[in-house]
Amino acid sequence: MGYNKLQMKTTKKNTATFTPGDVKKIADLAKIPVTPQEEQKLADGFNATMEVVDQLFKIDVSNIEPTSQVTGLTNVFREDEVDMTRMFTQEQALSNAKQTHNGFFVVPQIIDQS
Amino acid sequence: MKLNTLTLAQAIEKLKKKEISLSELYSDIQLAMEKNKDLNVYLKVDEDAVKKAHKKENEMLAGVPIAVKDNFLTVGLPTTAASNVLKGFMPPYESTVTKKIQDAGGVVIGKTNMDAWAHGSSTETSDFGLTKNPRDPKRLPGGSSGGSAAAVAANMCIAAIGSETAGSIRQPAAWCGVVGLKPTYGRISRTGVVAMGSSLDCPGPMGKTVEDCALLLNVIAGKDIYDATTADIPVPDFTKNLKKGAKGMRIGICYMNYPGIVGTPMAEAVTRAGKIFESLGAVVDQVSLSMSVSDHFKSNTIIAPNYAIGVYTIVQRAEVSSNLARYDGIRYGNDRSFLGEEAKRRIMLGTFALSKGYADKYYLRAQQIRSLYIQNFRELFKQYDLLISLSSPGVALPIGASAESPMFGELQDLLLEPSSLAGLPGISVPCFRDPSAETDLYLGLNIMANHWQEEKMLQAAYAFEQNTEWNSWIKK
Repeated sequence: MGYNKLQMKTTKKNTATFTPGDVKKIADLAKIPVTPQEEQKLADGFNATMEVVDQLFKIDVSNIEPTSQVTGLTNVFREDEVDMTRMFTQEQALSNAKQTHNGFFVVPQIIDQS
Repeated sequence: MKLNTLTLAQAIEKLKKKEISLSELYSDIQLAMEKNKDLNVYLKVDEDAVKKAHKKENEMLAGVPIAVKDNFLTVGLPTTAASNVLKGFMPPYESTVTKKIQDAGGVVIGKTNMDAWAHGSSTETSDFGLTKNPRDPKRLPGGSSGGSAAAVAANMCIAAIGSETAGSIRQPAAWCGVVGLKPTYGRISRTGVVAMGSSLDCPGPMGKTVEDCALLLNVIAGKDIYDATTADIPVPDFTKNLKKGAKGMRIGICYMNYPGIVGTPMAEAVTRAGKIFESLGAVVDQVSLSMSVSDHFKSNTIIAPNYAIGVYTIVQRAEVSSNLARYDGIRYGNDRSFLGEEAKRRIMLGTFALSKGYADKYYLRAQQIRSLYIQNFRELFKQYDLLISLSSPGVALPIGASAESPMFGELQDLLLEPSSLAGLPGISVPCFRDPSAETDLYLGLNIMANHWQEEKMLQAAYAFEQNTEWNSWIKK
């Protein structure tokens, strides 16, 4: 049975256009290593995606409340008590860590000592 | 009769009456797993499952094997969400859903393949290889719960658990010719589920029949103090009114005039479904489609899904970027260089949409337009008990299809996104088999209800299933 492509092409007007340089900046923010080849591919992908997002700018959103919770829950409280049954032992907490030292997680150095 | 072909309801009954034994049942499941190894359905099978089932015959789920998507944390079984980042990760605690299944006498037989991090609608983006559709191994099972749908269709489990953000249960259920239920947001706990889009994520049952989904929903639904978004409202027995028929129900048919749907065999299948409901005593009407979201208050009108795609893209990627920030490779898992292409794409676009100067422009606007879709459904459910549409705009696509577009998932799930953004429940039941195909290619009918109305939705789905032949592959 033939599949119908529900592609929607619009002419992008209101949303950002990404260059490989923009991608590099976002990659740094998200702490994701990307190669120069990936930068170009990702920029192309973002630009295609933004064509769809661009449609949102055809709509007048003044006076519309943004959604915060779909089923209408507000201020859900619980007692501020420690549930010992849910606590990890030190051994459990460290069990999936790649590198530990004397019962601690080993983290990368973030302060430049040079 | 091979016991792995039993439905959940049948298996429970036969086990309780001692007509069959758990060891026979597990042995037939094992044979199906060996026979279908090439489909790549399971990422991990619990070798001790049959031992864990021992003497559970008298419990609610009678020791039956349940397949679980690999984004549910399971103590003793590795949980990867099909990403190399979590390769080898052994969860230190159990998800609420799998705990409830085990407490009710069910056994997690294994962890099923999925799109990595549930980012996709094909199961092709798994870091551990794609899953093939058991109905036609040249085609995709859909996704992201493609492994769970395939496990049900290939009788490699008795029933399964999936999760859905927008379409990830219903679309693979449709493509594999099985039943999949997405509950109301907050009906089932997300505790211990690898988070994707937290304002959208819903675990849910997948099974051979509507009744099986109702049975599993009974087990896994309910308030969880560890997930503050679960609602403190009573959980009915979803099997109680299941067989009462669709008489008197007001049903609206949606999206029939959407470009790409109108005039196709897919639209005809939905029209026929409407006729079946009419013959069962329901009052069926077509809902007008408006391409303008400002018609959200107009009587008997549904707004087109094309803006929902933009809303969903921004909201979901924003939430993804926040949720996947925790994968730093320090406390568990591998570092961020292990992230796959799709995850990188989503995290980075979400990071952009939430960054200073852009959050109001993109994220806030998306949440405002989301409100319009919610109001639109609120109006429609004043007129209707249920809304029906297609679960997916076509049958299962060939392997490789997901590489065609960076928006593949969003396009597959287009017709489901508006209701997912509104947190509504929906169930996909097979409604058509392509007569021109040599293999069994199905379409799914998506039956949607208002918040917390899963009971009504299941009742209608059961009536539809009993009065159609699409689940004839199930041994009666």
